Amino acid sequence: MRRYVIPGILVVAAAALLALLAFGVAHQGASTSIDTAVQKGDLPEAPNAHMPLPILGSDQSESLVDLRGKVVVLNVFASWCDPCKTEAPILEHEQHVIAGRDATILGVTYLDNSSDSERFVRQEHITYPVLRDVSGNFVRSFGTTGVPETFVINRSGQISALRRYQIDQQWLQQTLPRILDGRS
Amino acid sequence: MRLPGATRVAVAALALLVVGAIAAPAAGAGTPRASLTDVEQDVMCVSCREPLAVAESPQAVAERNYVKQLIAQGLTKPQIEQALVAQYGPAVLGRPPAHGFNLTVYILPPAILAVGIAILAFTLPRWRRRSRPAAATPAAAGPKMNPSDARRLEDELNRYGG
Repeated sequence: MRRYVIPGILVVAAAALLALLAFGVAHQGASTSIDTAVQKGDLPEAPNAHMPLPILGSDQSESLVDLRGKVVVLNVFASWCDPCKTEAPILEHEQHVIAGRDATILGVTYLDNSSDSERFVRQEHITYPVLRDVSGNFVRSFGTTGVPETFVINRSGQISALRRYQIDQQWLQQTLPRILDGRS
Repeated sequence: MRLPGATRVAVAALALLVVGAIAAPAAGAGTPRASLTDVEQDVMCVSCREPLAVAESPQAVAERNYVKQLIAQGLTKPQIEQALVAQYGPAVLGRPPAHGFNLTVYILPPAILAVGIAILAFTLPRWRRRSRPAAATPAAAGPKMNPSDARRLEDELNRYGG
């Protein structure tokens, strides 16, 4: 019996290491549960809605919950991302269109330092609010692994539509009216 | 040999000057300026999850430019790392902070080493104990010689052994 003790310990240790490796790998992958739910029309709650994020260029912070009741077009961007530069004027134009309908574009920076983000906001003449996700935990909870990504959150705080790559004017025109009207 | 008083004072002053000249740069070396190469090796490109030294993504380029700005401001390496954490979060550090799940990075390797040493310390003496009696047992001795053969062998050995 005693001769099985050491091999037994080794097997248990190897199994524990493999379990640890599997845990680590499982937590590295991107989550697609939001995409699946939105496709099915289940409209998942926007995650981390209570997480306060610092407002770019300010000492104050804001969370998604503070915007509850509004339609929020949450755009994840970074100053180093070229497609983000392309879509910035489209989003800025849309901000002027939807502002009167109790809706807003909300920028969230992704892995970007604040001085670069501020320069980007100035250069692109962005007037909508921009929050900083320093740790990346907020956008990761949306399954974000790159930029740009855009999520439309309805007045009840549910994700009604999303785009995992660059948006265009056509997508906004097709997507926003039904959500602004409260049809999804 | 005894030196006159004035000469001794002059020698002491000269010695002080030499010591001062050596010590001044050494004191300044307490907070060395960081170099890009040094910082790049210990921080990560946060979007591509590679060391910044080898990463070439747009985010890595932006991060590298930010590090260059901080170096130009005269910040030390720890100060730069602190600034990077403030901008990009703790994931920017090559070595993660030692708390939570990250602790496994620091605990597991020495623990595995310790367990390995303990297993060797436990098993090696047992193997040696087992091998000793085996070594003490004479190798296949073969059939015992009869007295006349033994006598002949003894004679032969004596003859050739001188």
